[in-house]
Amino acid sequence: MRTRSRARRVALDYAVRAASTVSALIGIFFLCWILVVVIHRGSAALNWDFFTKLPAPPGAEGGGLANAILGTLIMTAIAGAIGVPIGVLTGVYLSEYGRGGTFASLVRFTVNVMMGLPSIITGLFVYTMLVVTLGHFSGWAGAVSLVFIIMPIVAGTTEDMLRMVPDSMRESALALGAPSWRTTLGIVFRGAKVGLITGVLLAIARATGETAPLLFTSLNSPYWPGNLNHPTGNLTVTIFSYAMSPYPDWQQMAWGASLLITVGVLSMTILTRLALVRKG
Amino acid sequence: MKIGSGKHTGYGDVLFKAATFLSALIFSLAMAGVAFELARSSRLSIAKFGFGFLWSQAWNPVTQDFGALSSIYGTLVSTLIAMVIAIPLSLAIALFLVELAPPALSRWVGYAIELLAAIPSIIFGMWGLFVFAPFLADHVQPFLQKFGGFTPFFKGPPMGIGMMSAGIILALMVLPFTSAVMREVFSMTPPVLKEAAYGMGATTWETTSKVTVRFGAKGLMGAFFLGLGRAIGETMAVTFVIGNNHSISASLFSAGNSIASTLANEFTEASDPLYLSSLVELGLVLFAMTLLVQTIAHFWLRHLGKTTGGRQ
Repeated sequence: MRTRSRARRVALDYAVRAASTVSALIGIFFLCWILVVVIHRGSAALNWDFFTKLPAPPGAEGGGLANAILGTLIMTAIAGAIGVPIGVLTGVYLSEYGRGGTFASLVRFTVNVMMGLPSIITGLFVYTMLVVTLGHFSGWAGAVSLVFIIMPIVAGTTEDMLRMVPDSMRESALALGAPSWRTTLGIVFRGAKVGLITGVLLAIARATGETAPLLFTSLNSPYWPGNLNHPTGNLTVTIFSYAMSPYPDWQQMAWGASLLITVGVLSMTILTRLALVRKG
Repeated sequence: MKIGSGKHTGYGDVLFKAATFLSALIFSLAMAGVAFELARSSRLSIAKFGFGFLWSQAWNPVTQDFGALSSIYGTLVSTLIAMVIAIPLSLAIALFLVELAPPALSRWVGYAIELLAAIPSIIFGMWGLFVFAPFLADHVQPFLQKFGGFTPFFKGPPMGIGMMSAGIILALMVLPFTSAVMREVFSMTPPVLKEAAYGMGATTWETTSKVTVRFGAKGLMGAFFLGLGRAIGETMAVTFVIGNNHSISASLFSAGNSIASTLANEFTEASDPLYLSSLVELGLVLFAMTLLVQTIAHFWLRHLGKTTGGRQ
């Protein structure tokens, strides 16, 4: 270490402390800036019609995004119904059966890679797999592309959470004569309950806010999502196309949809955070 | 709990294990499927342009000539800007959270930073397009041009939209991920080491730079790769603000494009088979890039876990 005067070392230390405090403030500042803008501009667009009516053409009074809200809910629900079980079972496999095996480490690797895979790539994959094969964009394809968002998050958190349950609990259950599947579902799951629910909620929240996978799969539609074999309206793609349109009233609607998505996703995230805090 | 009789338990166990195994299998198949499907669907473009696709700057749907260079360039430059901003910033934030802030404050600030990660990409896009880019154009870019205009980086009209705003927004988006990993690395340093440094009269910064950062250097690399993987394929936020122009310019003010933004913008409009196939090949390139980054990150962090006694 070079010798420096104490005053200079202390001054440098203060400078770094100040810079690091400012950095934390920068992070919080941008968070607040984004939230304030979304709340301010979005709340101007929200009214009863927004939640109950179909979209109106640009320039026309009224109109809402009821179809897009419903479409987002339906596709996310279907994606959750498919993706959550697969994710949970994979997490169980990794944590309970294949701990050190070669296949398990391959699966663990693919879970990690898939979690970091750009969501537009999953959209592209589902496009080539379903949309091209079936010949049309559809709500089903949109839901399937969201499955690929949900699956790896749930699998990853499930493995982590199950591993936190001490082995002695498994051993006690097995010693009492419980078959290993009941040990897993009845004992290990119970111990990891809060963590598992957290993972599922986080995954659903992520899927709700995703746009890129839906761009080439469900596309968008101004009609009610009656038949999932057709393009299906959804909030995020609506935000994209309305924001890029030159019409101020459509851009206004895009802000309304942004507020709705942000409130939905953030409240789910905060909920999981609260659950974890209460547990810890 | 009720305990099943011996006869049935074996049956249930086999079924349950098979179900978990099948689910795990789906992951590996899906991964292989992505690679296969993307390669298969870009065969037209691969056959026509060969490896030249990667360094051709052409992008002309009318003359049917396509190349990936401007998209790859935009992806790399916007990611580079993001990392240059995000890495020091998240290092400083981690330092604040672990070493400086009192525990209660640290917890709340930590939540706030984490919450940035929960904001959907498209919301960053909306804010970027309608609020942040105009702000840059009015207040920041004229200032940069005045003092840095002699360099090639700050040339051209300050429009707000372009590489610079894309890079800054990407930095905000990867910040929560990199700072979370760095925070963990910082708190992994054994207190004894830090106390030894403090005991010798080192200041907080000296302890951090000479002890904590060196002890956790590998973990910090992991944070870098994690952020890189996030930034490289980020789509919607970038699509909103990058300007979507197939051109290569050294100026950070100029509009450009990234692989993801090109896909988001042009895919639904592409009707011609060769055009579509070229777009899918762009996707294949992005897939290969993220796969590389993810693979390095995965094995790096695993190796790290082994050498420091952690799991995974």
